[in-house]
Amino acid sequence: MNNAEIEKAEIELVLQAIKARYGWNFIHYKRSSLHRSIRRIISKYNIEHISDLITMIMWNEEFMNTLLCDLSIPVSDMFRDPDFFSVLRYDVIPVLKTYPFIKIWHAGCASGEEVYSLAILLAEENLYDRSRIYATDINNNALEKAREGIFPMSKFSSYENNYRHSGGKEKLLNYFISKYDAIIINANLKKNIFFFDHNLSSDQSFAEMNLILCRNVIIYFDQTLQKKVINLFDESLCYGGFLCLGMKESIDFLKASRDLYLWKKKEKIYRKGIPDVQGEKHDFTIQQT
Amino acid sequence: MKHNYEAVVIGTSSGGLAALSAIIPSLPKDFMPVIIIQHMSEDTENYLPIYLQTISKMHVKEAELNEKIVSGTVYISVPGYHILIEPDHTIAFSIDEKVHFARPSIDVLFESAADAYQDKLIGIILTGANADGSTGLKSIKEAGGLTIVQDPTSAEAAYMPQAAIDATTVDYILTLPQIRDFLIGLSEMQKDL
Repeated sequence: MNNAEIEKAEIELVLQAIKARYGWNFIHYKRSSLHRSIRRIISKYNIEHISDLITMIMWNEEFMNTLLCDLSIPVSDMFRDPDFFSVLRYDVIPVLKTYPFIKIWHAGCASGEEVYSLAILLAEENLYDRSRIYATDINNNALEKAREGIFPMSKFSSYENNYRHSGGKEKLLNYFISKYDAIIINANLKKNIFFFDHNLSSDQSFAEMNLILCRNVIIYFDQTLQKKVINLFDESLCYGGFLCLGMKESIDFLKASRDLYLWKKKEKIYRKGIPDVQGEKHDFTIQQT
Repeated sequence: MKHNYEAVVIGTSSGGLAALSAIIPSLPKDFMPVIIIQHMSEDTENYLPIYLQTISKMHVKEAELNEKIVSGTVYISVPGYHILIEPDHTIAFSIDEKVHFARPSIDVLFESAADAYQDKLIGIILTGANADGSTGLKSIKEAGGLTIVQDPTSAEAAYMPQAAIDATTVDYILTLPQIRDFLIGLSEMQKDL
């Protein structure tokens, strides 16, 4: 075995240790990103060999909590992909408004930037009071941050820029209290959001949803787990419900679910049971000049 | 020199469009896969694959999640996402933190590509005004791959190639026409095997 092969074997052992000790299953995560995170971790904690992590994982629960953050926190912004939020506002919300009450699942909410973006949008469209949002993540530390809803002021101008481009109607700062170098989301935007831990690779469906958002989460999963998660979302959607993935996440090749139809091609919005109702095609053909 | 290379990764920043246009169009239709990181801001439309396709013999496209990497194809990075190569030679994305203020980052692609292709990889750093790519190129060298850097004196922006040269004992420092001819020559040698 050369060093690269030894490292690969060590990573598999680390994943098995995490699974045996805590039940979290990272076996179906893409290896390229895991490898990168684990390299970063051993240099951060000044650890010589990847397999040295195993003892710490087994005997130090506190260490495992920080490790989990290093392994699974994607960086998020408010209103990331303004085009997506624009389509959500102008195409999806009008359909949701026809229901007396709506349930939304935000899967993989991390530290909450996107779930509060959604809450702001629902409030502006007068739908917030009829909504219940379930915001879930595998990582309890991230959920704690999300519950607090405190973000660094330094990010605000990029959030506001995104918000404007997505069709935002107010001053974004109206939804926050600013304190020193932080912004804190208004409490009335939290009241219909329920944060709890849910593991997409092992936990079940828990309610019937009108809208599911899971953006840039399944990019980290291998195709087996991607398929399983898409089927979980399919099970969890009501007829006519919407599934929103990241703009670069396509499930077409997975052939996972028979009744999820691509509804907005560029924004990767799928709809259960209803094929392309608006007849819109967003074919992006290469034009020869 | 070995002749059994399976993929080429290229990283570039400012001046990249002209530099890539001097290399990619001349590569033969059945050339080994080429994966390119071109730094660009997250909110720009990605016209690079469309433009390069119009002047190239190889198939040029934006990289897609889970896509199998095959010969005859040039894969271009997507604004806002890191690109990584899985051990089974498929494309993976991530939205992890920026590296050297860049997402996509050249280091992220190069390090994962070095893991996936080991000594069967060629890494190339072209013009750019950022230190991204030098750590990644070092990983390629350490894994036994071949490393090429554009001659900084001939580059539109010398900073990136110079940083790569300072970080690694690179195999070749070449001008754009030399890199082009080198790759074409290599593909002919590999065909003869």
